[in-house]
Amino acid sequence: MTDASSTQIVAPVAVAAELRARRASRNRRSAILKHIFLIAASFIMIYPLLWMIASSLKPDNQIFGDLGLIPTDPQWSNYSEGWNALSVSFTQFFWNSGVVTVLSVIGNVLSCSFAAYAFARLEFNGKNIWFALMMMTLMIPYHVVLIPQYLTFLQLGWVNTYLPLVVPRFLATDAFFIFLMIQFFRQLPRELDEAAMIDGCSPFKIYWAIILPLSLPAMTTAAIFSFIWTWEDFLGPLVYLNDIKDYTVPLALRMFLSQDSVSEYGQMFAMSVLSILPIILFFVVFQRFIIRGIAMSGMK
Amino acid sequence: MEKFLRKNAPAYVFLAPWLVGFFLLSIFPILASLYLSFTEYDVVQPPEWIGLENYQYMFEFDYRFWKSLQVTFTFVVVSVPLKLAFALAVAMLLDKGIRAVGWYRALFYLPSILGGSIAVAILWRQLFDYNGVINSVLRFFGGDGPYWLSDPRYSLWTLVVLAVWQFGSPMLIFLAGLRAIPQDLYEAAEIDAASPMRKFFAITVPLLAPVIFFNLVLQMIEAFKSFSGAFIISGGSGAPLDSLLFFTVYLFNEAFSFFRMGYASALGWVLLVIIAAFTAIAFWTSKYWVHYENERG
Repeated sequence: MTDASSTQIVAPVAVAAELRARRASRNRRSAILKHIFLIAASFIMIYPLLWMIASSLKPDNQIFGDLGLIPTDPQWSNYSEGWNALSVSFTQFFWNSGVVTVLSVIGNVLSCSFAAYAFARLEFNGKNIWFALMMMTLMIPYHVVLIPQYLTFLQLGWVNTYLPLVVPRFLATDAFFIFLMIQFFRQLPRELDEAAMIDGCSPFKIYWAIILPLSLPAMTTAAIFSFIWTWEDFLGPLVYLNDIKDYTVPLALRMFLSQDSVSEYGQMFAMSVLSILPIILFFVVFQRFIIRGIAMSGMK
Repeated sequence: MEKFLRKNAPAYVFLAPWLVGFFLLSIFPILASLYLSFTEYDVVQPPEWIGLENYQYMFEFDYRFWKSLQVTFTFVVVSVPLKLAFALAVAMLLDKGIRAVGWYRALFYLPSILGGSIAVAILWRQLFDYNGVINSVLRFFGGDGPYWLSDPRYSLWTLVVLAVWQFGSPMLIFLAGLRAIPQDLYEAAEIDAASPMRKFFAITVPLLAPVIFFNLVLQMIEAFKSFSGAFIISGGSGAPLDSLLFFTVYLFNEAFSFFRMGYASALGWVLLVIIAAFTAIAFWTSKYWVHYENERG
């Protein structure tokens, strides 16, 4: 009697445990399969980049048709020779890119946070109309405004200087960043502004002493993307810079392609690797910010 | 009056840089490009009004215009859905409590962030060279690869592959969207013994529709505007046989190689209208397949 009742109780428990164990092992098996698939897929994804790095260390005659990722006889000279392969050295190109990029980042973060603060935290007449117009500029392709902008800058005598690349950044032309910051500023509690106002703070003081320090994640995200996009920008420098001494790194890289002697692939890859190195470093250091920023705003 | 000023002055001070930029670098250039599109202008001589001639020529005689439209449309129609399909598939694999998810996310996203760089465009040229890596892999499996870049039948596909390779950013947005779907819906479906297929179409797709729509519009606009990759891989001209003559490449060459600024402005306006029309169509059709949570009932 006691036996029967105990087996009656034990049996479903045992069955449940058995089922759970089976499901766990099935889950484990599918997790392992998933990982194998994901590792293979990640490898395919980054293989082209690894191949570029490997090729930057190979002698020219070993680059083509060689799938291998480990150079047998690393040619470090590709780097030193590539650095000076063009009529102007890459020291100059990196310096140029650096100047344009740093100024652009400062301009973007400052001017866009100004506009975003007004839209997110201040009341004023015409706010809705301006906001709608600002959002519409997100859709305008750069190619439409490019020609009149070029003609204007030509009239001003700014072509062949960095002004056409930098000045627009101080005028909040990247509505993406304004939008990103508005989203962030709106999450901050309104009571902060009100308390500060009662204490006699001006709107500027509130922006500077309260909103900005609390918005470091949004500012960092905007700064990182601004850095990457300016560093990679090709069309702007292509249109505005004609003197090789003023070239940014992407324009310099392109010169490897237009050179007659097409044998220096190793050097070309070496400089390609160096050109994306700052972006990779940024990516490694700020990965969290970048990934959160994109999930938040849908930026490129 | 004083009250009006006190209320508005600070906001407009903060808005000032944007307002200047908006008028000088957006509104004015757009109107100017509309005006220029009705002129013939080579930068040296002052613009000469020719009415609709640019547009007339474009639509009636300019076979390169039609070619560039065809190339761009093909690129958009093929690359965007493929990219989104990859993005969604990988996002779903990464979704449910998988280990090391941060690593995978980062590795899959890295190509997106390098996507616009000239280094990657140069790399692509070498990968798809006749003696390049892609053909070496094909040969390993016994196939014989074509001349990807010099054969106009294949050249556009190299750029499609480049675009699809950069599925990381829509993937991250899909991941954020998938996280927002309540898990108990899936558990309820499991109790009803729903197949994975059914769960995908009955739960994932409808609940993710706003995110799919967002990604679709964003990637479509990006694809219409893409420039650097096609420019570098085609050597700046849209070669071979105009098979890489993206609309933006054609526009750039008309403006800055041949200094036909009026004609290029007309091209720019056509691009603006095309993007606006496609976005409008997307928004209009979205009524039928995108439902937002708070709109229901």
